Amino acid sequence: MKIRNYWNLRDFGASIWENAGRPMRVAIVLISILLVGLLPFMGGSFLATPIASFDAVLVYPVGMFVLMSLGLNIVVGKSGMLDLGYVAFFAIGAYTMAILGTTTKLNTWEIMPIGIAFAMIAGVLLGIPTLRLRGDYLAIVTLGFGEIVRLVVLNSTWSKGPNGIANIPMPPHFGPLKFELENQRLFFWVVMAMILLTIWMIRRLTVRRPGRAWEAIRQDEDAAELMGVHTLKYKIWSFTLGAAVGGAAGVLYASKNLYIAPEMFTLNVSILILACVVFGGIGNIWGVIIGATILGYLPDRIRFISDARLLVFGLVLVIVMNFRPDGLLPRKKREKAIVKKGANA
Amino acid sequence: MFSVLIDQFWSLTIAGVALGFIYVLVSLGYTMVYGVLRMINFANSEIFMWGTFGTIVTSRDIFGYTQTSAPATGGKLALVLISQLLMSMAVAGVTAIFVEYVAYRRLRAKGTNRLATLISAIGISIVLSELMRLLTDSRPVGSPRVLEKIILTEVWGANIRLDTVVTIFAAALIYFLLERFVKLSRMGKAIRAVSMNEDAAKLMGVNLNRVITTTFLVGGLATGAAGFFYITVFEYTKFNIGFTMGMAAFTAAVLGGIGNIRGAFFGGLFLGLLEVYASAVLGTQWKAVTVFIVLVLVLLFKPNGLFGEAVQTTRA
Repeated sequence: MKIRNYWNLRDFGASIWENAGRPMRVAIVLISILLVGLLPFMGGSFLATPIASFDAVLVYPVGMFVLMSLGLNIVVGKSGMLDLGYVAFFAIGAYTMAILGTTTKLNTWEIMPIGIAFAMIAGVLLGIPTLRLRGDYLAIVTLGFGEIVRLVVLNSTWSKGPNGIANIPMPPHFGPLKFELENQRLFFWVVMAMILLTIWMIRRLTVRRPGRAWEAIRQDEDAAELMGVHTLKYKIWSFTLGAAVGGAAGVLYASKNLYIAPEMFTLNVSILILACVVFGGIGNIWGVIIGATILGYLPDRIRFISDARLLVFGLVLVIVMNFRPDGLLPRKKREKAIVKKGANA
Repeated sequence: MFSVLIDQFWSLTIAGVALGFIYVLVSLGYTMVYGVLRMINFANSEIFMWGTFGTIVTSRDIFGYTQTSAPATGGKLALVLISQLLMSMAVAGVTAIFVEYVAYRRLRAKGTNRLATLISAIGISIVLSELMRLLTDSRPVGSPRVLEKIILTEVWGANIRLDTVVTIFAAALIYFLLERFVKLSRMGKAIRAVSMNEDAAKLMGVNLNRVITTTFLVGGLATGAAGFFYITVFEYTKFNIGFTMGMAAFTAAVLGGIGNIRGAFFGGLFLGLLEVYASAVLGTQWKAVTVFIVLVLVLLFKPNGLFGEAVQTTRA
């Protein structure tokens, strides 16, 4: 373990950030946003993805994965509950968009809050009875919930069953900027804005009462309860906020893809998003973003070995977990030490 | 709606028991590993899938059966079936040990968090299923019919078919043998000791690594046997067949109380029957939903499963 300590990207980044003054911080943030915002123009470089268009890959899977991983990170990383059915909220958002978008005159931005609300309601409804369970049992119940949502849309007539829903409208244009299938830059910028909003929300919450409550619950739920933390309430909150982010991602996904079908919302998506969170570093926003970017981007980058790409993906998961079990960019040491002690007790 | 259930009650029951025994064996793979490691053996579904392929390869490539050849009879039949069963168990057992070695051992030695191990197990299960997908060109593989599906007799209007009878009796026998092994043998005692208290077992001189490898092996053997019975009844397999089976068997393990071998037995049978009845009443497409709803209800009102020990609070 000692050998790798010099390669500590997280502490290096943190020290720069902590030593910088306010203007410097603003500059760092603006430059990073600009650099990421320019990514869609990098399609011609070594980053290019062989088969899918680079713009499209940046929106889905990369951008969407980052967004959903951030949402799932609130549940798994911040408050330590294992959720294996996250795709359910994504599906709820997507189907809200698909059904309202094809049957009413509402546009994507008007449907967005409705989709988020539905996902949150589902989160509360699932959370109230199940969040009393812990650990693996919670994982199983959420996994079951994810499957139930998929099976319900697969077997119902209002969702057009296995045929899925086509002709979902694109978002309306912003002045001269138009959303189009061939050129997905605008979608990328929208996803980016949503990601920034989510990061901002998580960072605000983390330093306030809910964040402290989640941290306490993650470290020791019984102790937190004894100290007067209303654990169930904060667990439901965490679950619901995660659901809201998933729902928002779903609405945008449906509107971008123009067509959705139940087979897009399998357990594999939940597992993949969880893999992004753990792979990057549970609980650390930047780690999660890096993990989701790599895992979203990698399968498309290595499409030249087209058939074996998922095989390589699996191998990468095994190898990275074996050599960096806390993820590529783990959370701060102090927190980690406490978690370890708790886990082995 | 319920008339189907009443009309065909006995034939449904027999089909349910046969399916239930397959679930029992697969859920042993989950429950044993969970008992020892307190971790979900995520790759067990792929171990099952590899077992089904082991079965088909034996009859098709070693004994040269094709889709059109006549079913075996007499001594040849017994020979083919037994070597299929052994092959399936061997393939699954080796795969299980491989999974333990690659995905679990190193992480366990480091004492890392459970999520990392879960992801590494997910990784290995992707590798196993993708490898098989590449080997079979994503195509489903049919099994040549070795055991002719003769209708033996009719009881209360239900046809008793040879393959279901073989499945029920042989699977019950294998379950019984494994249960005796864990109950009576020295190794079984060590396995139970580790699942009760890992640290104390280690202090008493139990070789932890060997116990864990054996647990994976025993779970793999049971799962492999299930693969053979699955092929005998359904005669078909595909690279992604493990998923549905894994979910159902895992549900069965939880229903009975995960970590508990007898729980896996009752959970598996209960789930097999429930699935068959539910698909008769509500239609096949809703059977998975019924299963999950029952699972959620059981977890809510009897969170340790029907026969489980209290693990849900101690291991958060």
